[in-house]
Amino acid sequence: MNVQTWTYILVGITFALYIGIAIWSRAGSTKEFYVAGGGVSPLANGMATAADWMSAASFISMAGIISFAGYDGSVYLMGWTGGYVLLALLLAPYLRKFGKFTVPDFIGDRYYSNTARIVAVICALLVSFTYVAGQMRGVGLVFSRFLEVDINTGVIIGMIIVLFYAVLGGMKGITYTQVAQYCVLIFAFMVPAIFISIQMTGNPIPQLGMGATLSDGSGTFLLDKLDGLSTELGFNEYTNGSKSPIDIFAITLALMVGTAGLPHVIVRFFTVKKVKDARKSAGWALLLIAILYTTAPAVAVFARTNLIKTVSNQPYSEMPEWFSTWEKTKLITFNDKNGDGKINYVSDPQANELIVDRDIMVLANPEIADLPAWVIALVAAGSLAAALSTAAGLLLVISSSISHDLIKKVINPNISEKGELWAARGAATVAVVVAGYFGIDPPGFVAAVVALAFGLAAASFFPAIVLGIFYKKMNKEGAIAGMVVGIVLMLFYMLKFKFGIFDGGKESVAALKEDWWFNISPEGFGTVAMLVNFVVAIIVMQFTPPPPKNVQEIVEDIRIPSGVVEAINH
Amino acid sequence: MSKKQEKASAYWKENLRYLFILLSIWFVVSYGAGILFKNTLDLIKIGGFKLGFWFAQQGSIYVFVILIFVYVRLMNKLDKKYGYDD
Repeated sequence: MNVQTWTYILVGITFALYIGIAIWSRAGSTKEFYVAGGGVSPLANGMATAADWMSAASFISMAGIISFAGYDGSVYLMGWTGGYVLLALLLAPYLRKFGKFTVPDFIGDRYYSNTARIVAVICALLVSFTYVAGQMRGVGLVFSRFLEVDINTGVIIGMIIVLFYAVLGGMKGITYTQVAQYCVLIFAFMVPAIFISIQMTGNPIPQLGMGATLSDGSGTFLLDKLDGLSTELGFNEYTNGSKSPIDIFAITLALMVGTAGLPHVIVRFFTVKKVKDARKSAGWALLLIAILYTTAPAVAVFARTNLIKTVSNQPYSEMPEWFSTWEKTKLITFNDKNGDGKINYVSDPQANELIVDRDIMVLANPEIADLPAWVIALVAAGSLAAALSTAAGLLLVISSSISHDLIKKVINPNISEKGELWAARGAATVAVVVAGYFGIDPPGFVAAVVALAFGLAAASFFPAIVLGIFYKKMNKEGAIAGMVVGIVLMLFYMLKFKFGIFDGGKESVAALKEDWWFNISPEGFGTVAMLVNFVVAIIVMQFTPPPPKNVQEIVEDIRIPSGVVEAINH
Repeated sequence: MSKKQEKASAYWKENLRYLFILLSIWFVVSYGAGILFKNTLDLIKIGGFKLGFWFAQQGSIYVFVILIFVYVRLMNKLDKKYGYDD
């Protein structure tokens, strides 16, 4: 059977599974819709969190980015896993004890202020929308390559599936489909990685294969070989980066803190029964995520070595079949500048003749390594699982921000349970359509803004939540001032140094690099904005009245794990 | 301060001590071994891995996972000691 038949079969089976689960686990109340009834087991919640977290970016793009960035790619590996340590130790147990439905719930109640609540809603919406657009794009990409449908049709099919189970099932439906999606995506990621690891090094464990010797009998270590190939072609040594250590430091911290502050991740810890379970499920989540995150750098090394060996200085006419299939999607482009019919793949942009989109490294990897058709199809099903699970989690945050935080808490507190449930479903539907639109017609800023999402979460939510738990005397004036200053500073820095708005547009961005504050890139600036948020909050607090007694009692109460009340809608 | 409050603040102090120790390790394996001292550690090679590079792309992640499970254990014990496990 060929790749396309296999893809139809595997994608068909997995989609049928997701829909079946959605029908079985329909949500009947707002509590089921927002937090799955609050009775999810720690392992199931860990799996759901892992699927929720690992998006199209983790599954499709990350190994590709590392493949081209080498050591510099470590910022994503450490940044997107280390955040879970912060989440488990500093946030999850306390937020679970607090026992509400959303992150703006916590901010609004802890800081006894609807202004704080609305600031939090705006941040949550901004972060989630930018994220979800990227997922829809990922769905479209996979459909267009593997099922050979139009990229827009692909996005629409993805929209219908997500709409079906997110709107019908709410958090309950999402949780159990995410459990299934985790299994699909991890299997799909590991199988080709194991195959290729055996092929290249004889070691079936990719994490070890990465540091092993090549199986061609030369006795050379794979990483040494890749360092050699890279420098030969004028690139940096793979195991050494080109970014400054301070920038690597800042980006890693911004990603870690941003991860811990992402509302769609935090909200997953509201779904377990006890504080104890919240801690444990954070551990499960990270363990399950780490399986993919420690394999990805190995895949990056295998793919990069394979790519260089296959194309470098080889005649264009002798390229394997995958080369031309990906050329059709314009994700590989070859331009024979010196007219010798050979592919000259080098670092120097003047002489380089080959451009490979980093997004295809994972998708094309099984083909480059010449693996069987079913493995290639499996990767397609896995990428869809990754994209759909994250999209669903984000849509839920968007819908609960609107139906719960805005309508129920601010606009119309008297709304009935049933009315709120319909409002949540309506908001989810609108959100899917908007996300689909961004997926079909992505504004140029989407990719840039996804990086901004982490900076924003780091600069806004993280300090407000941490201070809310660990600093009893923190008041609403301090927290609001901190959040506003943090976000505005972050936005200013992005607009100035990422978009060049104040200096004549995109073209001037490269020249502005000289002016970066403390040599920190816009991607890493979330770290600075976060620190400023902390400082501003603490200074403002000194000059304003302390929080009321009952709020201080709430803080004392969330620090103690016993006596968890069920999340109630009040 | 009432007895109940005294107990709660003793519990909180022990909790903070655990957090401090665990987060120090968190910092050392990632920002220390993987970034600040990466070049020095790279002089040591284990198999095909330069040690600093290994910490940045593999080792730190393993330690993160272990840290959370150690935290879970420590806190479960602490909850029991103070009678906060229900």
